[in-house]
Amino acid sequence: MSMIEVKNLSKKFGEFTAVDNLTFSVAEGEVFGLLGPNGAGKTTTIRMLCCLISKTSGDAQIAGYQIGDDGTASLAIRKLIGLVPDNIGLYDELSAYENLDYYGKLYECPEDVRKVNIEHFLTMMELWDKKDQPVSNYSKGMRQKVAIARALIHDPKLLFFDEPTANLDPESARVVRDIILQLKKEGKTIFINTHNLAEAQRICDRIGILKTKLLTINTPEELEKTVWGSKTVIQVEEVNDQILAAVRRYSPKDLSVEENKIVLSLTDPQKENPDFVQAIVDAGGRIQYVTQLNPGLEETYLKVIEETK
Amino acid sequence: MRLSKAWMVASKDFKTFTKRKSIFYSIFYFEVIVSIGLPFVIRFVTSKPGAAASLPILLNAFSFLFVIGAALAPVGIASYSLVGEKVQKSLEPLLATPTTDEEILAGKSIAAFLPAIGANFVGVLIFATLVDLFTHNLLGYFYYPNWNIVIIVFLLGPLACLLSVGYNVLISSRSNDVRSAQQLGALIMLPMGAVYVLSETKVLDLTTTNLLIGAAIVAVIDVVVFFLVKATFQREEILTKWK
Repeated sequence: MSMIEVKNLSKKFGEFTAVDNLTFSVAEGEVFGLLGPNGAGKTTTIRMLCCLISKTSGDAQIAGYQIGDDGTASLAIRKLIGLVPDNIGLYDELSAYENLDYYGKLYECPEDVRKVNIEHFLTMMELWDKKDQPVSNYSKGMRQKVAIARALIHDPKLLFFDEPTANLDPESARVVRDIILQLKKEGKTIFINTHNLAEAQRICDRIGILKTKLLTINTPEELEKTVWGSKTVIQVEEVNDQILAAVRRYSPKDLSVEENKIVLSLTDPQKENPDFVQAIVDAGGRIQYVTQLNPGLEETYLKVIEETK
Repeated sequence: MRLSKAWMVASKDFKTFTKRKSIFYSIFYFEVIVSIGLPFVIRFVTSKPGAAASLPILLNAFSFLFVIGAALAPVGIASYSLVGEKVQKSLEPLLATPTTDEEILAGKSIAAFLPAIGANFVGVLIFATLVDLFTHNLLGYFYYPNWNIVIIVFLLGPLACLLSVGYNVLISSRSNDVRSAQQLGALIMLPMGAVYVLSETKVLDLTTTNLLIGAAIVAVIDVVVFFLVKATFQREEILTKWK
């Protein structure tokens, strides 16, 4: 079942198109990451899906509720979701407990549930001992943890994270990532906007690359394959014409030679690799190693973005 | 609109103000000066011969200061309530809760209105008691309560306070700094200050009728400001246009 269903969703601010014709869906329990440069429309997309701003055209459903339908649907959607915005936005004068208690009330949690949830999440974030301190005394990482607890206080089905680890030190960023992974294990549906490609690769089941339009969408592994194709690198002691002729007999999609490396584009490497290895050995080649070319998500992302220029 | 939601927003703001002493005390500065300071000015004036004749005009003008007080008292709170949220960037998570724009706006308005009007009411009570104490012998009767002060406390004061809250919401939507929002917000007292000066210079007589006319004018402006505020306090407007 889809938790988020988006069809041809667009948003314009005057003449400026912030988001153009998005279509995608996010399944229940899935972690979906939206990557894109600054100004790509990631935050605008989250804001539309959270019913914070209106859509210009298209449709989107959150757990079966249509966004922008009417006030009642918007309230129902906002009850189902938790948002961790890019700005933490806590009340500095209030303690972590008071911040969470206020939001618990706004999310209409009964008092007994609220108390249990506050204790549970502050304990989970290792902040229970400091629950009565004003959050102005907290470090940035601690504040981000409170912001996550705030989004979880009503036990939402769907969580939106907008740049959850931006401006955090590596240790705090890791803690936040671990919390997101924990929530993933608990079966929450998670939608993340991020610039951090390693983070996206580690956390997300599927990734979309956005630059006003949705350029591509897939699992991180498939994304690399789609963009780069499957490439096998065979390093031999010395490349000669005999070896290259043997390799060409198996008709690879593409073949290039870089120093003593033979780079092959293949349709099905697992099936084709043994044939090529055998051909090289038969041609007298001494293979040093065989590896799959793995450009990584960063290279893939940059290539996709570059292609739009 | 669910009043319970508006009350949640207001209660949080009350809690914030009690922790921000400067905002909390800003409600009382003007009230304390007027309600305690002015009766002693009256006492000094009445010690001079022939003061009884001019006393009612002076007292009417001084009473009007509580309209200014009602407009001035919510400035600190109203500015901080919204600009503070902007500075702390807490508006987006707040707007993401299942709370309507009207409920948030009503909560913010209650948080600014109630303490201000409460402080004004207590100020009037102290002022009227002290003035009666100091002038009873001279006038031969208790000057307060009278219709003028009743209109000021229960009609003109609350209307001026509402106007100030609405005006400050509008100012806050365009301001990023609490102090500058408060300074601009305090300009609301200028037209009321002008009325006070006109009454002191005997150009305008603050009779009961004139106060009622004044209340009607402020009520009309309140309605206009209400619609402006309602148009300004829209979720999308707040997130995309409020700077």
